[in-house]
Amino acid sequence: MKDEIKKVLLLGSGALKIGEAGEFDYSGSQALKALKEEGIETILINPNIATVQTSEGVADRIYFLPVTPYFVEKVIEKERPDGVLLSFGGQTALNCGVALYKAGVFEKYNTCVLGTPVQAIMDTEDRELFVKKLDEIDVKTIKSEAVETIEDARRAAKELGYPVIIRAAYALGGLGSGFCDNEEELNVLAEKAFSFSPQVLVEKSLKGWKEVEYEVVRDRYDNCITVCNMENFDPLGIHTGESIVIAPSQTLTNAEYHKLRELAIRIIRHIGIVGECNVQYAFDPESEDYRVIEVNARLSRSSALASKATGYPLAFVAAKLGLGYGLFDLKNSVTKTTSAFFEPALDYVVCKIPRWDLGKFHGVDRELGSSMKSVGEVMAIGRTFEEAIQKGLRMIGQGMHGFVENKELVIADVDKALREPTDKRIFVISKAMRAGYTVDQIHELTKIDKWFLQKLQNIMNTSKELHEWGNNHKQMADMPVDLLRKAKVQGFTDFQIARAIGFDGDMEEGSLYVRTHRKQAGILPVVKQIDTLAAEYPAQTNYLYLTYSGVANDVKYQGDHKSIVVLGSGAYRIGSSVEFDWCGVQALQTIRKEGYRSVMINYNPETVSTDYDMCDRLYFDELTFERVMDILELENPHGVIVSTGGQIPNNLALRLDGQGVNILGTSAKSIDNAEDRDKFSAMLDRIGVDQPEWSALTSMEDINAFIDKVGFPVLVRPSYVLSGAAMNVCSNQEELERFLKLAANVSKKHPVVVSQFIEHAKEVEMDAVAQNGEIVAYAISEHIEYAGVHSGDATIQFPPQKLYVETVRRIKRISRQIAKELNISGPFNIQYLAKDNDIKVIECNLRASRSFPFVSKVLKINFIELATKVMLGLPVEKPNKNLFELDYVGIKASQFSFNRLQKADPVLGVDMASTGEVGCIGSDTSCAVLKAMLSVGYRIPEKGVLLSTGNAKQKADTLNAARMLQKKGYKLYATGGSSKFLTENGVENTRVYWPSEEGQPQALDMLHKKEIDMVVNIPKNLTAGELDNGYKIRRAAIDLNIPLITNARLASAFINAFCTMTIDDIAIKSWEEYK
Amino acid sequence: MRNVTLILDDGSRFSGKSFGYEKPVAGEVVFNTAMTGYPESLTDPSYAGQLMTLTYPLVGNYGVPPFTVGPNGLAVLMESERIHAEAIIVSDYSEEYSHWNAKESLADWLKREQVPGITGIDTRELTKVLREHGVMMGKIVFDDDPDNQPEARYEGINYVDKVSCKEVIRYNEGADKKKVVLVDCGVKTNIIRCLLKRGVEVIRVPWNYDFTGMEYDGLFISNGPGDPDTCDEAVQNIRKAMALSDKPIFGICMGNQLLSKAGGATIYKLKYGHRSHNQPVRMVGTERCFITSQNHGYAVDNNTLGNDWEPLFINMNDGSNEGIRHKFKPWFSAQFHPEAASGPTDTEFLFDEFVKLL
Repeated sequence: MKDEIKKVLLLGSGALKIGEAGEFDYSGSQALKALKEEGIETILINPNIATVQTSEGVADRIYFLPVTPYFVEKVIEKERPDGVLLSFGGQTALNCGVALYKAGVFEKYNTCVLGTPVQAIMDTEDRELFVKKLDEIDVKTIKSEAVETIEDARRAAKELGYPVIIRAAYALGGLGSGFCDNEEELNVLAEKAFSFSPQVLVEKSLKGWKEVEYEVVRDRYDNCITVCNMENFDPLGIHTGESIVIAPSQTLTNAEYHKLRELAIRIIRHIGIVGECNVQYAFDPESEDYRVIEVNARLSRSSALASKATGYPLAFVAAKLGLGYGLFDLKNSVTKTTSAFFEPALDYVVCKIPRWDLGKFHGVDRELGSSMKSVGEVMAIGRTFEEAIQKGLRMIGQGMHGFVENKELVIADVDKALREPTDKRIFVISKAMRAGYTVDQIHELTKIDKWFLQKLQNIMNTSKELHEWGNNHKQMADMPVDLLRKAKVQGFTDFQIARAIGFDGDMEEGSLYVRTHRKQAGILPVVKQIDTLAAEYPAQTNYLYLTYSGVANDVKYQGDHKSIVVLGSGAYRIGSSVEFDWCGVQALQTIRKEGYRSVMINYNPETVSTDYDMCDRLYFDELTFERVMDILELENPHGVIVSTGGQIPNNLALRLDGQGVNILGTSAKSIDNAEDRDKFSAMLDRIGVDQPEWSALTSMEDINAFIDKVGFPVLVRPSYVLSGAAMNVCSNQEELERFLKLAANVSKKHPVVVSQFIEHAKEVEMDAVAQNGEIVAYAISEHIEYAGVHSGDATIQFPPQKLYVETVRRIKRISRQIAKELNISGPFNIQYLAKDNDIKVIECNLRASRSFPFVSKVLKINFIELATKVMLGLPVEKPNKNLFELDYVGIKASQFSFNRLQKADPVLGVDMASTGEVGCIGSDTSCAVLKAMLSVGYRIPEKGVLLSTGNAKQKADTLNAARMLQKKGYKLYATGGSSKFLTENGVENTRVYWPSEEGQPQALDMLHKKEIDMVVNIPKNLTAGELDNGYKIRRAAIDLNIPLITNARLASAFINAFCTMTIDDIAIKSWEEYK
Repeated sequence: MRNVTLILDDGSRFSGKSFGYEKPVAGEVVFNTAMTGYPESLTDPSYAGQLMTLTYPLVGNYGVPPFTVGPNGLAVLMESERIHAEAIIVSDYSEEYSHWNAKESLADWLKREQVPGITGIDTRELTKVLREHGVMMGKIVFDDDPDNQPEARYEGINYVDKVSCKEVIRYNEGADKKKVVLVDCGVKTNIIRCLLKRGVEVIRVPWNYDFTGMEYDGLFISNGPGDPDTCDEAVQNIRKAMALSDKPIFGICMGNQLLSKAGGATIYKLKYGHRSHNQPVRMVGTERCFITSQNHGYAVDNNTLGNDWEPLFINMNDGSNEGIRHKFKPWFSAQFHPEAASGPTDTEFLFDEFVKLL
């Protein structure tokens, strides 16, 4: 079979979204690598331009197109691949594949589906088929009923007995699902679920059972292995993507472990998977009873985690099996000598913790449940559970130092917070333990297995011991070595120890104080390998972690200063995601190419940079100052790169520099000069560069005085956030006071930064690389939206199409001045405001920015490769290519995940809300906009469009678009003011009423009746009524899965695009074809 | 917890703390990379005389189940009637356990059976030493009682004789049932359970018992501790049985080595022993592969198999022998543990095949 396959198409997963994130960049990259090794020509469809898989050299041809049946068929028609891989691009690729299969497309073009047959996929995706299939082999599933009407849902729930769980069939990551304790809750949830899928499942809830997962592999010869099993810290009821997960399972006996393993193998054989799948179980904590929750017949988030947790490259192997290999044909890629048919033995414990960013959203429901809300995850490795979980809690990067020694959480009702889990649950447990709750009490409230709670109690006990010691002693030198060692073995950082013993003064000094003493006491971490077989055979693996449970390092250090350490970007979160992984990987590759050994430190299991064959040494460990120093002291590298991993490494620069670490490229001092608002501002004044006026203020009077000077609107950025978003634009006194009262606490200790906010200004980005203060390469791009939308949410056009030549000239000149002044050597990004030809600098980052992969790929100049060479001190030539000579346009559009974030207001503002992005290329703006918008899930409406278009200026801005819609024959609906405005301007429309208004038709009804299939809702301001009305419409659009646009300029661009061209006008061209 | 030091014969020392019974002990230090199954391993007679190191660091999590004995006199959840290992060596003993079926903690059990347990050991580093050096003798000494140095010998001792039953025991007796003679070299209970589950009568005989005069339909040769060379009497009995009849024979682990020796093959020491739950084997001449549970440092030399014999399974990692079969007669054996307990259950079908032959 493998000999007949010459050309293979792989479907990617598109933009990162909640439930479908970076893990598919990793699995797709691995699959492409496996195919490449076979000499197979590879075609990739994935609009996610920031990924590693869409980089040069990974696939032979890349299409930045939506992963939808229409476009995939077009590509198949053009490329005529022999085979197609559906299971490496998440649910998006799988659903698309099933649709194409049902439409007979694969058959039509004689393309064979490699790996798991589509019928097997359908057997696992359709709940009824699935239950029937497992019944055939006497495997128990959760009793559930598939219903197609809300009446049937109510009847089924009554029969099963509440609580029940509702799920939409064919939905990724538990979309539109949840628990209902009564019929009222069922009515709400069922309606939502039906909006995602015609079929909804009602099933008995098994809250409180353990949740256990197995990753299973099967080849076409029926050989099976389970690569890893994992146990959820949180009992059933919380989506596995929302759970803390431990690998391997901790509370299962041998008999239980192997019972579930045997079942998993029986299931995979019966379903007929070829490749990889995962089996999720609910497991009774009081007997050996179980239920199969689901089977994912594809690579998943769990499989990426399992790959990283064990070192077994699941996606790589799955791709080979898809080509027809047997497991016995393949080698274990860690040992290189032993067989790939084996099950990894771990001699460490792995802990995955989700990263939430719920604080970024207005009004979001913070309670965790059966649908996913987290935006990323971390994986921590340790040789005690305590070590792993404390590492992990630091890695999530929300200011926590571990399980203990954090800022005290303010919680009104601890019992309730334990019973109803939120993103803060683990810290609530910490608080409860500190307050004296017993393990039994906490178990009663949370149903978390006592074993986990007892381990957490151990950490608390050690903390108390340290506090106690600190109360009676002053000198670290007096601390018993046993206590200090115990704390380190349990994952305490020097910082935590310093805080626990009550160190007085600057905590950075405190950490160093503990560190010095600890090193003198001979308590040092050791480096251990992840070798897949627990040291049973020798293995040459470069996959490493550090632990305090050990006496010897597994690797030898050469001390030749020929390695270069790249600091990774940590957990994916809003604001920092796959784009920085791309940057890190490009840096690693350049380092290798230039003859140095590349070393990566990172802890995100969803990334390619943590794939151990991307570098010469991978430390899967923390990016804290302490851990980075531990590694640097062992590694003794030539230098460290802090500018390709986003803000986390950037923030370490100054402290590392303070320890004499060789920071490559731009100096730490310059980084500080750009990061520190005062210093940067002073510098701009010195070189005569303009910036919006700002001031850090500590009282209402000062704020008012400042606003008297600059006028409304202003951008308000509190330094201490109480709730809700951290930043806001306020356009009048009422808004300002409301925001400050609601969200912030103004005081001497917590100043508020207030900046002048310039309306209707363009935002322009400069991404560049400089060497010794001189710009080597640059890319200027413009936002489609006016300033006020966070640059991470904005739609970005590159090269810019509507900038004055004079604006460009000025931006170039200012950038050159700044590069020179800060003596930049490496990547940097400056954001500008441009109004008329007036240019102001908003901010400057002396590191790679989010848009580096986008501009690098559109311009076809690898900015990171250039920057890395600069940082290595190598001579570089200015690329001889001008962005203004490109014959095509790139559009970067943002992906939002509001559908996952129940109750969150889906409106854009100065704080970032998007979870991912795509980048598409077109021959003109319209074409690129259309591709990009379709790629992030917008659909071209077919019937009616609802317009509520904000204030007068915004109404005027969208008038032209409204006319185009009318000409195209769309039925227009508009709310009061907008309706009046449109009528006055001769645009026919039907007035619909706000929820707060009397009158028919009601806008909400029209949405529910599906008369409207696109909503343009532009919020005017922050007044209470507006917020409420608009919110209801926006939220309904999201919950009913109706495309929503909340920005006038973006709405116009999208409407203009689909009114001037049809989907058939879109040229099916690969990246390479744009020259 | 008292501080202890594990001292290996090559002089390496590892410091830890005692959590089990407090007595110095010596024995052969071995390791296993299994991630579950400490109650099963501790009661496996193959570990007699050995200090068992677990590479999986977290041990004791689910406590110890009740030591129930079934009506047939066999332990229900354990692999024999008591702990056979001399001691257990772990990295991070879990003082608190959590499981619905646990009756006591691992520490309490060890204390009850007077078996030392030590924790806080870098078992990965220890395993690397054992792997490179081969298993070696070692002792656990209490730091506050340094003069109390235990002595022990492993080589040359007939551990099989120590753990084998002393008289013939019959299970599931019945006139109409097929009868299997089980030569007990230190049999794990689950082997007997696997046979009984398939409806046969098991006649368990001491390792050196001459069973050839008994009435039986098939012969089973069990696993066991120590050096197969100390079991010559058993080899002689097997040879005799083979000469007398063509009745089916099935051997496991030590049973594989004894059957091989009876068939004329020789045994050699592996560079790296197989001590894990994840050993891949392939059935020779097929594309069928299995994950198996193993615990052995010696292997049958494929090149010395007689003309009438052939390898049945091959280890996919190092190509060593994992089982043999006679080309014409219903005689076969496996180096791994089809009965699992602990470990994967992929190869339990071998019991079906054996019983089918009877």
